[in-house]
Amino acid sequence: MTAAPIIKAPQRRTSARFAALSSNLAHARYVIGGNPVTGFAFLLLFLLIFCALFGPWIVPYDPLASDTSATLQAPSWKHWFGTDQLGRDIFSRVVVATRLDMTIAVTSVALVFAVGGLAGIASGFFGGWTDRIVGRIADTIMAFPLFVLAMGIVAALGNTVTNIVLATAIINFPLYVRIARTEASVRREAGYVMAARLTGNSDLRIALTTILPNILPIMMVQMSLTMGYAILNAAGLSFIGLGVRPPTPEWGIMVAEGAGSIISGEWWIALFPGLALMLAVFCFNLIGDGLRDIVDPQRRT
Amino acid sequence: MASASSLLDVQGLTVEFETRRGVVRAVRNIDISLAKGETLGIVGESGSGKSVTSYAVMRILDRAGKIAAGSIRFAGIDLDKASESEMVDLRGREMSMIFQNPRAALNPIRRVGHQIEDVLRQHAQAGSGDARDKAVDALRQVKIARPEERYDAYPFELSGGMCQRIVIALALACRPKLLIADEPTTGLDVTTQKAVMELIVELTRERGMSTILITHDLGLAATYCDRIVVMEKGAIVETATSEQIFARPAHDYTRKLMRATPRPGIGLRDLLPDDATSTPIPPNAPGAPLLTVRGLVKEYERPGVGVLARVFGRRTDPAVLPFRAVDGLSFEVMRGESVGLVGESGCGKSTTSMMLMRLLDPTEGEIIFDGENIGAIPARSFAADKLRPRIQMVFQDPTDSLNPRYTAFRAIADPLLRFGAASGADDLRTRCEELARTVGLPVDLLDRFPHQLSGGQKARVGIARAIALKPDLVVLDEPTAALDVSVQALVLNLLADLKATLGMSYLFVSHDLHVVRLICDRVIVMKGGRIVEQGSAEDVLDRPQADYTRELIAALPHPPAAAA
Repeated sequence: MTAAPIIKAPQRRTSARFAALSSNLAHARYVIGGNPVTGFAFLLLFLLIFCALFGPWIVPYDPLASDTSATLQAPSWKHWFGTDQLGRDIFSRVVVATRLDMTIAVTSVALVFAVGGLAGIASGFFGGWTDRIVGRIADTIMAFPLFVLAMGIVAALGNTVTNIVLATAIINFPLYVRIARTEASVRREAGYVMAARLTGNSDLRIALTTILPNILPIMMVQMSLTMGYAILNAAGLSFIGLGVRPPTPEWGIMVAEGAGSIISGEWWIALFPGLALMLAVFCFNLIGDGLRDIVDPQRRT
Repeated sequence: MASASSLLDVQGLTVEFETRRGVVRAVRNIDISLAKGETLGIVGESGSGKSVTSYAVMRILDRAGKIAAGSIRFAGIDLDKASESEMVDLRGREMSMIFQNPRAALNPIRRVGHQIEDVLRQHAQAGSGDARDKAVDALRQVKIARPEERYDAYPFELSGGMCQRIVIALALACRPKLLIADEPTTGLDVTTQKAVMELIVELTRERGMSTILITHDLGLAATYCDRIVVMEKGAIVETATSEQIFARPAHDYTRKLMRATPRPGIGLRDLLPDDATSTPIPPNAPGAPLLTVRGLVKEYERPGVGVLARVFGRRTDPAVLPFRAVDGLSFEVMRGESVGLVGESGCGKSTTSMMLMRLLDPTEGEIIFDGENIGAIPARSFAADKLRPRIQMVFQDPTDSLNPRYTAFRAIADPLLRFGAASGADDLRTRCEELARTVGLPVDLLDRFPHQLSGGQKARVGIARAIALKPDLVVLDEPTAALDVSVQALVLNLLADLKATLGMSYLFVSHDLHVVRLICDRVIVMKGGRIVEQGSAEDVLDRPQADYTRELIAALPHPPAAAA
């Protein structure tokens, strides 16, 4: 990311890159080794990614196929997580839903990182009017209860996955702006930024090639933490009937569908999608903590 | 070595640190004894284990460090075997420590008077009735003017020197028997350094205290200490009285350290070890004026003054008038000349260098560089100006001035890439390698990141980057302040050689008069944004005209041998 595009890398440079990479890997291994919980979180992450990629091909039943002869069956060897009111296999639905929930989380976080991160860097690095305008936009968003704002956006723009992504990105915008702004404004006065000016870099270039790579590690931690929140937010919207529509398998809807049956004894309908949701959020939060340790230079001794 | 009168007796102390790459021995088998009332200096360069030794004595090593062998006896107590609760009782009451950065050692949100009271109460030296009086008294003893008022001050309201006095007051509040001062004056101005050191020495004498002064500055230690211990790489290489060390240094390392310490009456080459090749520095023939500064002013609006007060307020009221950081500066720098800009912190020398570098716009005045008034070009658009490559800078902190995500190669290549001076990747690589060789940086280090380089190597990368575009004027902002003396000696010589071969002019911004004397042809002394005195280096430093210059020179440490 730091290599200028016009240089063709000579052999020695690649070997240096490789050395740097392997030292980073060694450091990551050290941190994970020192904290088994992070290792567990990464395992969980691989499981989630696997389900998201291959879900539809590994599940035993069609997640949408209903079987009226086998409705509301308790978990068994045939149906690991039981079946719902329409006789659909809950295990299959939970696994297949991973892809949709992960897609919403990843795209919304990527979007908010790009827009919020850049706005924050501009705000912190240039200051003045840029800072005021970006800051006021963030403040305006912060002024609303965030979930209510997300509900409002989806209700106004329409019940689509795109709008859920958009709403989740918008409510996370202030957070990214603030982090990027603080980190950029600290680095604005750094010696290497002044040095970059002296070597003839324009402000825009400095912001993108000097400031951005240096605050990237901190942003990565935040992204991981927001991923969990984004999944929760998407599920929450679906739970109250906004966003993803039945019969699409999605954890939030499935919890909503099962909520009514808990009292009548069919606990498995809501429990398993709820557990999946919990594990996903848990996984991203733990990875966030682990990443914080990896990028924290204080632990790099 | 243990005598009846010794207060602290360290025998065979070894300190180890547990790290990822195995056990590191920071201090190896050292013996130190300190008599009552004695002042001992521990001198060494970074990584010599001098601070770790003192932490071991105070038992404040961090979690990874442990005392692996040896004994520490303090006033009849075995410190290495003492329990933590015993140590808590001893620290502050019997033995105290002051640190390098006084501001970091004070709690920023508590009044300084309360902080002193805390220590007194902790060790039951004062009750609620007399704590205030005793704290004020402690402030008075460290010669703080108007101690009753300062009692209520917060650390941020006080200057660095004042904060260090508060820290000393804190350390001495309970009248300890031992004071450990770890680089107490690094980062302070020379006049403040003198005042703080004299205060420590005076209080030590008055109270019959023993003091350990930890410093990298051999001159400072020799000026204020009775005995000196020289450490290198975790071991003691020499212990002797201050006079002896300066007159007859026994160990090679001490000799090398002494040689590298800038002092009056020597040339740049004298700093280097004997075996170094010493071609004489070519004489300097200054040419036509390269840079002319006329009536340079930089004003900052005072915070908290409203728009109305600015417009309608009496323009003579000093509280409303903008603050003048630089106040009407005029000077010249000739081609091939090196000019020293000297002054204490806050005198406006950094602001001046920023304006000359065109990173900051002046409020008034002209900066004429090679016939063109570059002061009129806004700092914003100067990055793309054709004159940009001709004015470059070497920064104070080599670590801070290198992008942590760029390799040394990328850092040096940056100016060449921006100004398109290189044609193709191979040419770029060749030119960077050439620059690395010019500044004495091993070529195989080019692919390393800053955190994999030592301080001296980082300084060389910074210099290589500054000279990559063959500038006419290089502003050096305390380029050696963060370096060890032996590295400083090499870097200063390198700078002198580069100037001679490349025909550059230097503006050398510094507070260290000894260094300025070695490298500069002319010296400008600044105070409060104005020039107090300027002239040739010999004239200003040997026959100062202004009182302020005399004060600065008098504040420099004068080791016994150098004074004789």
